[in-house]
Amino acid sequence: MKPIELEKVQQALDSYLNKEVYVHLETTNGAYANHLDANAYTVGAYIRNSKVTYKQAKIIGEGNSYRVGLKMELGWIYAEGLTDWTIYEGNQLLLAGHDREGRLMVALEVSETPFK
Amino acid sequence: MEKHVVVIFPHPDDEAFGASGSVAQFRKEGVPVTYLCGTLGQMGRNMGNPTFANRESLPEIRKKELKRACETLDMELKMLGYRDKTIEFEDKQEVADHIRGYLEEIKPSLVITHYPGYAVHPDHNALGAAAIQAVEDMNPVERPKVWAQAFSNGHEEDLGSPDVINDVRDTFDKKLQTILSHDSQVAGMFGWYKQLDELDEEVKNELIENQAMERFYLWDFEKNSSK
Repeated sequence: MKPIELEKVQQALDSYLNKEVYVHLETTNGAYANHLDANAYTVGAYIRNSKVTYKQAKIIGEGNSYRVGLKMELGWIYAEGLTDWTIYEGNQLLLAGHDREGRLMVALEVSETPFK
Repeated sequence: MEKHVVVIFPHPDDEAFGASGSVAQFRKEGVPVTYLCGTLGQMGRNMGNPTFANRESLPEIRKKELKRACETLDMELKMLGYRDKTIEFEDKQEVADHIRGYLEEIKPSLVITHYPGYAVHPDHNALGAAAIQAVEDMNPVERPKVWAQAFSNGHEEDLGSPDVINDVRDTFDKKLQTILSHDSQVAGMFGWYKQLDELDEEVKNELIENQAMERFYLWDFEKNSSK
């Protein structure tokens, strides 16, 4: 993946407007967070291949950390801390936030076909 | 001497950190070893450092790393096909039956897996429990021994000292090579392996000591029967 280029990601998000798309949304601080530091909490969530349609999309941020909000008929999809992006296998927009050791902390992915 | 050893862990690299020194010792003695690897570690957060994997490419990358690790150890590989982080939500009996199918075919004399409840990651605990259930469901005269690995903080307070402590310094090079096969994963908490040559001798020896003892509890089916 490469550092987010705001305009290109905005274009990619817009390309899925009003289409049925599959979303992968995830955040994690690792299964060992509490094992390695008793004061830390092990927290994570993911939803994979959720089929949605959004009618409005924005990427906002400065420096190297971005937020994305996707507005749907009945709700929102939101991710914060995104740093990198790529187009994967032609039609999948992958966005992720990595820490300084390269570990994934958050991911938001949109595809017209289901993720494997 | 063991007849055949089966290692049952959920993630590519669990075998490397947990048991690769012992596996290398078994292979040196000519004992066949089979790895039943539960998942492809699809949800791992290490993407290499600097990152070269992404969430979608990670499974294939880790599958290649797993194959390389098994080639390094000259260990047979069977992939069970579960999804990372989901094993505890599968039907336990189904997973146990799936594993038992392999065990009844391979007829191992020893199974190595995680100690349920004392292995930190929910996948470790769940696959360990299913593996032990699988052995328990076998005809008692055909049951292999089970070595269960525990590493949660404070596990010795509950479980006492491990029954098996394998000093694997004689196969440590193999262990290191196996760990390094998992290139996408050896950043982060185990990144020091990559800089081993640059560390001063004292630090290096301490790190090696920490990884050079592989500890297991001999599962007691009488005492721990789940039935």
